[in-house]
Amino acid sequence: MGQQQGAYFVPAKSQWPIVAAVVMFLTVFGAAHWLNAAPGEAGFGKTVITIGFIGILLMFFGWFRSVIHESLAGRYDAQVDRSFRMGMMWFIFSEVMFFAAFFGALFYTRMFSVPWLGGDGHGVLTHQFLWNDYTAAWGAGGGNGPGNIGGSFQTVVPWGLPLLNTLILLTSSVTVTIAHHALKSGHRGKILVFLGLTVLLGATFVYAQAHEYMEAYKELNLTLHSGVYGSTFFMLTGFHGLHVTLGTIMLAIIWLRVLKGHFSPEHHFGFEAVAWYWHFVDVVWLGLFMFVYIL
Amino acid sequence: MAHAATHDHHDEHHGAPSNFFTRWFMSTNHKDIGTLYLIFSLTAFFVGGSFAMVIRAELFKPGMQLVQPYFFNEMTTMHALVMIFGAIMPAFVGLGNWMIPLMIGAPDMALPRMNNLSFWILPFAFALMLSTLFMHGGGPAGGWTMYPPLSLQSDSLAYVVFAIHLMGISSIMGAINIIATILNMRAPGMDLLKMPVFVWSWLITAFLLIAVMPVLAGAVTMLLTDKYFGTSFFNAAGGGDPVLYQHVFWFFGHPEVYIMILPAFGIISEVIPTFSRKPIFGYKAMVFAIASIAFLSFIVWAHHMFAVGLPLGAEIFFMYATMLIAVPTGVKVFNWVSTMWGGSLTFETPMLFAIAFVILFTIGGFSGLMLALVPADFQYHDTYFVVAHFHYVLVTGAAFAIMSGTYYWLPKWCGHMYSEFWGKMHFWNSVVWVNVLFFPQHFLGLAGMPRRIPDYNVAFANFNMISSIGGFLFGASQLIFLGVIIHAVFFSKKKAPDRVWEGARGLEWTVPSPAPHHTFALPPVIHDDELAHGHVED
Repeated sequence: MGQQQGAYFVPAKSQWPIVAAVVMFLTVFGAAHWLNAAPGEAGFGKTVITIGFIGILLMFFGWFRSVIHESLAGRYDAQVDRSFRMGMMWFIFSEVMFFAAFFGALFYTRMFSVPWLGGDGHGVLTHQFLWNDYTAAWGAGGGNGPGNIGGSFQTVVPWGLPLLNTLILLTSSVTVTIAHHALKSGHRGKILVFLGLTVLLGATFVYAQAHEYMEAYKELNLTLHSGVYGSTFFMLTGFHGLHVTLGTIMLAIIWLRVLKGHFSPEHHFGFEAVAWYWHFVDVVWLGLFMFVYIL
Repeated sequence: MAHAATHDHHDEHHGAPSNFFTRWFMSTNHKDIGTLYLIFSLTAFFVGGSFAMVIRAELFKPGMQLVQPYFFNEMTTMHALVMIFGAIMPAFVGLGNWMIPLMIGAPDMALPRMNNLSFWILPFAFALMLSTLFMHGGGPAGGWTMYPPLSLQSDSLAYVVFAIHLMGISSIMGAINIIATILNMRAPGMDLLKMPVFVWSWLITAFLLIAVMPVLAGAVTMLLTDKYFGTSFFNAAGGGDPVLYQHVFWFFGHPEVYIMILPAFGIISEVIPTFSRKPIFGYKAMVFAIASIAFLSFIVWAHHMFAVGLPLGAEIFFMYATMLIAVPTGVKVFNWVSTMWGGSLTFETPMLFAIAFVILFTIGGFSGLMLALVPADFQYHDTYFVVAHFHYVLVTGAAFAIMSGTYYWLPKWCGHMYSEFWGKMHFWNSVVWVNVLFFPQHFLGLAGMPRRIPDYNVAFANFNMISSIGGFLFGASQLIFLGVIIHAVFFSKKKAPDRVWEGARGLEWTVPSPAPHHTFALPPVIHDDELAHGHVED
């Protein structure tokens, strides 16, 4: 895989990286200030975070615009394309590891910390002296720990909305693949239909997930405060939902780019990168459906 | 082929750097970005070092001397965070940025704009973190590991967590860039098993970074939500467990230890062959040893937690897995010594630091082996023995390797020789005082002095005073380092030749000194006798 003949495309000086660093800083600085503001106090945190967030959107727009211009101008050869592919691949791998941390927390609490609190294994003394009326259980009636943090709650039944959401995401993976094949054979109408369907399915998933959250909060009393069950449930599904939202936005942008004719059957890495990302959120969901909802 | 490899007529976009702002803030050049990283790292080294001076001054005598206990705790916490994320890691990224493209015959890093973003995140992240020292409520003071529930009491938690998120994003992007560069940008004929060991060590380190920095991000995110959003990850009443944090943190933390030492192995594996005038002994064994260490780093994390109350089976597994690491590390030390064996050795400053590295890092390795023993660790845990151990591997290990690499490549970067006399002054002062500083800490730890305390029993007074004297003088010795660098870059009159060192091999020595702004715009032709480590038999 050595370098081919000819010069590698090294971009000219660009203002976007430093702009990106500044707006990322503003966002987290505002967020930290906001979190630390005394209750009822206004502070400037919200203002700074808003400026930072808008800045991030503008930065993405500007940076991607220049990349798209370079791509359309034919500056990227096969070697540059390979660099992009590696970049996206390893970015997705880093995302996998981010989710792994939360899955690890889920497995640890289910397998170890909750049973130990119930007197299993070497947790026998903790159980004896601190919480000897606690019976370890996952889900309703135990998943929020011996302190019954957040009050009694019910779990979400996996065979309703979650099953529907599973089918929606699996279908969307099929539609995005059909769109990819259509792109390779140059049927733009077919791409637009199936990619558009994928975007709609993604949006439906996010809507259903929001609905499920509202139901959990209102009817089931399952909240972020519901002990470690609520923590793992909402952090895992929440980060996943965030990724689906981002993926849907990315797909929608790709749809617009297809409309503008940015892709050719041979040269469409932007499309593929987003499709990879979409399959990644799909696979994470299967893990969630299995370990968070069913088991 | 020296000057043929250089390409000094560019199209309009890539002309010589124009004004100061455009050159340094909007750069897409691996050498300029590498320089930025190195300057940042040197600055952080002195900032973190000044915190260490506060610590050693307070510990000079028993009793409360200079600072409030909370401030002392802030200093121990910030010293670690600044040195790890600000000095050591950016120094390696800076060296990688400068040298990897030169070593593999690439025109630049694979993703140059992202490279600049990786750097520019860092100053902002550190501004965010250090600003907490001046805030109402103070900075983080619960130790760099941020164990809950202590860390959850700190008002500055959100700032530190977000700063760590930013540093993580920076490291992940830097690592992705290095992988793409090494796998995709090598000149034709630069096969994987012909690459310099430094490049190999960075390739493997980059995989470690991508695998564990997101896990750290996850761990500190859980801290954030536990403090501000009412989750119960680390709250036993809610079914969580503070020990869960330690597991997730050290799943990151142990590979992180190797992230800070594998590139050091790479540097030493370049320097020793050059000044021994022999190719490295056991090139492939070196590569495999680095890869094995990297693999093992994922299955040893709980040896940081032996005293926390793990099940017996876990203690035994992590003890043996940890001791296994001594095997590939021993291979490396053996090969460095064998490279020197029978060579025509000369002792310029880089070689002196490299030899000190081999000896002193080995001492740190042995104390690590002692700590790996569960029953012994119950005695050593959270004492100064641990402090002595990790300073031997991080200061005389990682930092000495960075200094070795700096002296080794500085003439290539700036085009002038540094002062050999002052380089040697820096070395001898550093190597003497660093041992005065850290060696007595072994005894303190074995005698039971706990770490992270501002006051101690009078029984520990003498060794602490010796250690503090060593600390002040080691700190002062680093000013010589600063002086040598400033002199070499701005005032030295002695021009460096292309091949700065007589025994040096590898593509980086075929380009002029200083390396021109753009190198290898067209890929160079690789000759086996130019390779850093000679021809490797399959």
